Amino acid sequence: MLIFHGGVKQDASPQELQANMDKWFAWVDKLHKEGRYVSGEALLPGGKLVSDKSTATDGPYTEGKELVGGFFVLNAANIDEAISIAQNNYPDFEYGGTVQVRPVMKFDM
Amino acid sequence: MSPPIHQTVDHLFRHESGKLVAVLSKLLGLQHLETAHDIVQDTLLQAICTWTYHGLPDNPSAWLNKVAKNKAIDYLRRGKNFRVNISPEYSYLLKSEYIFTPTINQLFEEDEIQDSQLRMIFACCHPSIPVQSQIALALKTLCGLSSSEIAKAFLVSEETINKRIYRAKEKIRNEKIELELPAFDELPTRLEAVLKSLYLLFNEGYNSSHPDQLIREDLCEDAVRLAYLLTLHQKTNTSKVKALLALFCFQTSRLGARLDDRGNIILLKYQDRSKWYQPLIQKGYYYMDAAITEPFETSVYHLEAAIASLHASAKNFEETNWKGIYFLYEQLYNIQPTPIIAMNKAIASSYVYDKHFALEQLNQIKELENYYLYHTSIGEVYYELNNKAEAKKYYEKALQLTTSKQEQQLLQNKIENCLQTLQ
Repeated sequence: MLIFHGGVKQDASPQELQANMDKWFAWVDKLHKEGRYVSGEALLPGGKLVSDKSTATDGPYTEGKELVGGFFVLNAANIDEAISIAQNNYPDFEYGGTVQVRPVMKFDM
Repeated sequence: MSPPIHQTVDHLFRHESGKLVAVLSKLLGLQHLETAHDIVQDTLLQAICTWTYHGLPDNPSAWLNKVAKNKAIDYLRRGKNFRVNISPEYSYLLKSEYIFTPTINQLFEEDEIQDSQLRMIFACCHPSIPVQSQIALALKTLCGLSSSEIAKAFLVSEETINKRIYRAKEKIRNEKIELELPAFDELPTRLEAVLKSLYLLFNEGYNSSHPDQLIREDLCEDAVRLAYLLTLHQKTNTSKVKALLALFCFQTSRLGARLDDRGNIILLKYQDRSKWYQPLIQKGYYYMDAAITEPFETSVYHLEAAIASLHASAKNFEETNWKGIYFLYEQLYNIQPTPIIAMNKAIASSYVYDKHFALEQLNQIKELENYYLYHTSIGEVYYELNNKAEAKKYYEKALQLTTSKQEQQLLQNKIENCLQTLQ
């Protein structure tokens, strides 16, 4: 699973935004073609942290830099391959975005 | 899951943002241009998030339109109990839920959007705003360019552009400029100011001093788009507007033939005319015909379009109707006796009459001492008179005066040529 943190440039121009989106599109297309893409979702900013029965606080990660913008679930042979996919394709490094790479646990049933 | 379709139209965001800023400014009032920009920016950010993960919607423009509309409705509802920013024209909306949504829906219809853009053109080109600020504001609001992109296009600093936009907004505030169509008696003069700005915008794109071909094409395309918008509206579809659009079409048709593979300039004489974009030339003729109306009017735009059409219809450089072009430049000079037109007239004369006559005319022009093309033109006539030594002198003068790499390369080549024959 690739979890995307930050990387949104709020004041980008329409042209820059579209160029950025086209990069994402190209990446998603490539992942589909390679049969790697499983799923993905964008997350809206804001959210609550529920820590017990009666409290729900803002968070976690409400700072722009840490904010999770979305995630992809991909097929990769191992974590190194997943890292290299992120390193070579993630379009938002230039905007300070980062990618958290996590293996999803598989259960042999 | 089937792969989402990922093909966006070029400049979709830029063009849509221009439309939406116009319509939102109509709703909120031009005094709240900032808010309109913010809502549009929000809309685009939301589009990125949604589309990246779920693919493009069937109709991306309609999607953006709907989301921006909903954001505007939210903004107004949220602010209802406070003093929300809204144009006086629409302030009654906040009092009646019954007409609120239908009226806003109506505003976001295609013909209303066009009307808003038209009003925005007039607002941006308001005569009390300095011309340079008019152009910067138009590019920002109508064409969706950022200050840094405008700065790049004009080869000035971002700070300069910000200042120009600031000045424009200050005028909008102080003069209480709103989004409205000029009254009937004001229309001709207001339209004149709009055309002048569009003409300058186009020239900025068309002039060869910019290192980046793509930026130049974008500016030209924007000028064409705005001029086209003027022709869609009965009140502004005047013969001058059509003549200006014809001129733009002819000029734009040659953009693809003006640079070689390495980005060097190719002069008209050496351009591969099969690369001129025929559909645009045809459009040029179409608007040219449409521009000839009763009562007959000859504006500078008519004359310039006519000159461009003679170039466009010539099979090759030698067979160009130079006589016709010279005649048109004479007419043009009568209306607008500027040194640049005098220069072009003289150049045309060198192909119709005598090269010595042309030289004499060129030498009589006084105000162009610092204009590289002036010296290039004199050099060119000397070159054709086979006076390579004199030609070289003028090319060298021109070389000192241009900062464009492409122009410098072109002049270097010419100097090189002179040297070879001199040895």
